[in-house]
Amino acid sequence: MPLATVNTMAEEILRLQGVSKHFPIRSFRRFGEVVHAMDDVSFSLGKAEVLALVGESGSGKTTTASVIAQLYPITSGLIRLADPQAPDGFRSVSGKLSRKALLGYRKRVQMIFQDPFGSLNPTHTIEHILSRPYVIHDKVVYRRGEERRKTALKEQLHQLLRSVGLEPPQQYLDKFPHELSGGQRQRVNIARTFSIEPEIVLADEPTSMLDVSIRMSIMNMMLAFQEQKQVSFLYITHDLAGARYMAQRIVVMYAGMIMEIGTSDEVVQRAVHPYTKLLRSAAPAPEEGLKRNRLITQGDIPSLIHPPAGCRFHPRCPYAMAECSRLIPPLKEVEGGHWIRCYL
Amino acid sequence: MQEFLSENILECQELVAGYELKAGFVRAVDGVSFSLRRGEFLGIAGESGCGKTTLAYAVMRLFRDNAKIRSGKILYSGKDIANASEEEVKNLRWEHISMVFQSAMNALNPVLPIGEQLTDAWLAHKHGDLREAKTRALEVLKLVDIPEDRYNAYPHQLSGGMKQRVMIAMALMLQPEIVIMDEPTTALDVVVQRTIIEKIQELRKELQFSVIFITHDLSLLVEISDQLAIMYAGKIVEYGPASEVFLSPCHPYTQGLMASFPTLSGPIARMGGIEGKPPDLIDPPPGCRFYPRCRNRHSGCDLSAPPLRQVKPGHYAACDGEYHG
Repeated sequence: MPLATVNTMAEEILRLQGVSKHFPIRSFRRFGEVVHAMDDVSFSLGKAEVLALVGESGSGKTTTASVIAQLYPITSGLIRLADPQAPDGFRSVSGKLSRKALLGYRKRVQMIFQDPFGSLNPTHTIEHILSRPYVIHDKVVYRRGEERRKTALKEQLHQLLRSVGLEPPQQYLDKFPHELSGGQRQRVNIARTFSIEPEIVLADEPTSMLDVSIRMSIMNMMLAFQEQKQVSFLYITHDLAGARYMAQRIVVMYAGMIMEIGTSDEVVQRAVHPYTKLLRSAAPAPEEGLKRNRLITQGDIPSLIHPPAGCRFHPRCPYAMAECSRLIPPLKEVEGGHWIRCYL
Repeated sequence: MQEFLSENILECQELVAGYELKAGFVRAVDGVSFSLRRGEFLGIAGESGCGKTTLAYAVMRLFRDNAKIRSGKILYSGKDIANASEEEVKNLRWEHISMVFQSAMNALNPVLPIGEQLTDAWLAHKHGDLREAKTRALEVLKLVDIPEDRYNAYPHQLSGGMKQRVMIAMALMLQPEIVIMDEPTTALDVVVQRTIIEKIQELRKELQFSVIFITHDLSLLVEISDQLAIMYAGKIVEYGPASEVFLSPCHPYTQGLMASFPTLSGPIARMGGIEGKPPDLIDPPPGCRFYPRCRNRHSGCDLSAPPLRQVKPGHYAACDGEYHG
């Protein structure tokens, strides 16, 4: 199994090796059948890198983030996190972790969810919500005495809110989530994520539910965090242009499998895989004029319970050949660091 | 907008519409004027809360409870929809002006097969009996590439893209002259969105209807519409041919919106977006409503609201600042 990495890339921090995730169907009549949400997914994430995961709904991008966040156990494969103490520099985190190990893992890997309305508990104030990570991960700078401790925590919260552009901070601490706008809520979410200074942030479509005019400022804020704190991002999106704006490299997924990996410009400008080309030609790009050649395809994303044999894209692919329906094409390198899963 | 009055099929003049609340009247649409020509594709863009959906509902007179049209006119072939009787509006609706609603998932009745929902408008407008209605329903389903055997399918048996195409088929049942589309592709994936858009364009050329297309996705709108109107806080702040508005946006809000969409080609420049949020529409600020968020505001902008002015033939913008065109 080739590991698609850019040779020039700095230190790796997270590595997925042939990860699959199958969800069993909970129905008596369909006992034993599974949903192939992720199949043979391998990629690596570099330190301070932004890696975008692009695909349509049902392509397995959120599942990928969820298994990395340890929300579900994986079916097969390996998830490995850089650890200087381990003999080869990596520690496997794919098995079931103990509570303590999981806490340690979450200190390093955090997630930003898509829905800014559902991911903040409506019954708690912003102060409570933001102080939880400090309490759970024991990050409060201790001074003697409970009073002092509270002041120290408050100071940290003020600083945190300022860092996400919610100023003046004391105005936000006593508010409840419903008193904030969508953009402000997403800022609180991001503040919560960065409160414990994680090394890896899994951002699952963090701007898709926000208004167009504020999307940019949220994206820029994440980029600023990445630059200042050297955080690695797995940025999940369905918007190819947004992925190009945010990321150094792009992974294109379709029906649970990786179709193409490469640097952002390689994938967007010189897409090789027919699916990436399809995504590229469907995305609006007014700057390129209206008379663009468009790829025409039929059909929808296939059933993941009985995925098509061979390449998962072959029923929709305009260039499908006989062997495409028999064997799953392996990932092959077309150029340094640019991989596709296609026979073409 | 005076010069092509003769060929307009829909004209909206100084429309004020909104919602009656205890706290006061929310002026969701505040003095909006636009015109729509036969066969034209008019795009209306703006962020949520700018009044674009209220505007669509006003044209269809789909107001209930506390929603009101305060003043202004909506002229459709000489008739004022804003002040017409309920009976007259009923005859107009679907027959002359139809609508594709935002989320096809919720707009279709889940307990009725789509065939029954398609024939409903036909029968309500007494165009004929059920047999004729079914023939017509199969005809429009074919137009949107849905196979005949789906006629008796329930909405949950169709994919998201198919449901949206059924909604479009439904809007075309009575061959209306104007189809209003309120974010018809927002909940769909890019590839499905593209096929729906191509379908709409193809049908429009074939059947010669006009489209009012409402969305927040400006980059899509620029590609597909003839005329483009940018709404902000209940007002149209810029209006003109789509390519003109895209290439030389005049209003700072339009400029900000254009800078909110990363591009697929060209160099990657750090872009700004627009900070802040839209004003309260119950008690809007006296001057320009974009003033608190504007990057090149002047003293005076906060005192009196600048009117729409012609920048180039057919291109209007409501900004007193320096024009960049």
